[in-house]
Amino acid sequence: MEEKVINIGPDEQQEYVINMGPQHPSTHGVLRLVVSLKGEIVKNIEPHIGYIHRGIEKMCESITYPQIIHLTDRMDYLSAHINNEAVCLNVEKALEVDISDRIKVIRTIMSELTRIQSHQLWWCSFGMDLGGLTCFFYGLRDREKILDIFEETCGGRMLVSYNCPGGLMYDIHPDFQKRVKDFIKYFRKILPEYDQLLSGNVIFHERSKGIGKLSLEDAISYGITGPSGRASGFSCDVRKHEPYSAYDRITFKEILHTEGDTYSRYIARIDEMWESMNIIEQLIDNIPEGPFAVKMKPVIKLPEGEYYQRVETARGELGVYIISDGNKNPYRVKFRSPNFVNLSVLNHIAKGFKIADLVAIGGSLDLVIPDIDR
Amino acid sequence: MDKIQLGEFIKSINQDLEIREGKQYVEVTVPPSKLYSLAKELRDRKEAQFDFLYCLSGVDYGQDLGVVYHLRSTIFDHVIVIKTRTSDREHPQLDSVSDIWKTADFHEREAFDLLGIRFINHPDLRRLFLDNSWGYPLRKDYVDDINIVTK
Repeated sequence: MEEKVINIGPDEQQEYVINMGPQHPSTHGVLRLVVSLKGEIVKNIEPHIGYIHRGIEKMCESITYPQIIHLTDRMDYLSAHINNEAVCLNVEKALEVDISDRIKVIRTIMSELTRIQSHQLWWCSFGMDLGGLTCFFYGLRDREKILDIFEETCGGRMLVSYNCPGGLMYDIHPDFQKRVKDFIKYFRKILPEYDQLLSGNVIFHERSKGIGKLSLEDAISYGITGPSGRASGFSCDVRKHEPYSAYDRITFKEILHTEGDTYSRYIARIDEMWESMNIIEQLIDNIPEGPFAVKMKPVIKLPEGEYYQRVETARGELGVYIISDGNKNPYRVKFRSPNFVNLSVLNHIAKGFKIADLVAIGGSLDLVIPDIDR
Repeated sequence: MDKIQLGEFIKSINQDLEIREGKQYVEVTVPPSKLYSLAKELRDRKEAQFDFLYCLSGVDYGQDLGVVYHLRSTIFDHVIVIKTRTSDREHPQLDSVSDIWKTADFHEREAFDLLGIRFINHPDLRRLFLDNSWGYPLRKDYVDDINIVTK
């Protein structure tokens, strides 16, 4: 039989389009990426979002302020506590309510615990994206300990809804301080294991160093915040620039790296876990006495005007923009979600890399899809 | 720059703009025709350098449709709020700022999707969350047929 040999030279190779998602393990949710490929090289990425769009901003227009807090849990479910805090701080600012130091300190400790557990989950799924399945078990094992602390004090494990306008839903559990201190002691010993397992791995270095570089100018222009932006040297930590709660009374450093590649985004998050533990240790032993909530009016009405509150979630800057017309429900609420903005840079930094690198880059941006769609 | 200096700075760019000192930020209202040139000045002027557009929100004011830009300078850490509005509800059109701040690309697509504001010179203005059969849900006159959202 005659054998047919078909030669396809590089010029004759055509671009073809494949669909990544919405059900793809490495997109961490219902994100659909339409990827144009030439061979294995990514030429263009078009994110299609909206699979989990619930219209939270529209819903907010017909409910009251204390009710909004429970919706914000469902945006970035890994930073649930910090999202709650953003709305509460905004309402308290509008009403000019003075909250006690006790509330501020407890909120800060809870925020940092939230940040650690979020980074732990990111670490295990990022390792798994790159083929290190062990990470997944290590990360989830340690995250469970924080969720147990949440459960004891807040009742909820992930969607805590612990904040309410004017303070907290309940006081902390009597064991809270002891358990947090135990956890810090434990995790300080465990965190170097994370480095041994993944950070020093040669295969991991090969797959992350120099991949998906984001320059400082682009990080600012695209508005990339959080650890992803700080890995490019963009000083965007709201905790430093516009301190809220108890962040103005503690010393901590803003994690900044300059390379802006996947590896530095990874290291930035590992460093943030260390820094969060430092913050908690400064506060946990001296939680001031006082009431855990300020008595608010049964129906909260914000004075007419516009209010903006920025907070630093585990993924970047969350902005809550409330326009009030004086009624019990807001006229318009806009959530400036960090993940929505961070997604917009994906095409820019992943272009020209291999499709396997796209998984690494997407993982290093740490996208949470319900926060993108809202 | 503090709030007073910012107000004077805006006046030095354009005398006619309406400047309001809000509780938090300085708010400037600009007609749509002058939006693009003001945005460019704000980013490029050496003493201002508003290089970080951290929030862009479309708002339905009832009569008008508008867009609110929250700008910050990463060098000086000052903040300004730019507001613009158009009374044309049928075909609302505003200039896109996505070539000045790249982050505006996605934000403007969101505003188009949920409020139906068209942005002139936007590189890729398609709907983002919803498909073409939907109306514009964040408008106040939106009628929800399925009746999920009730007041």
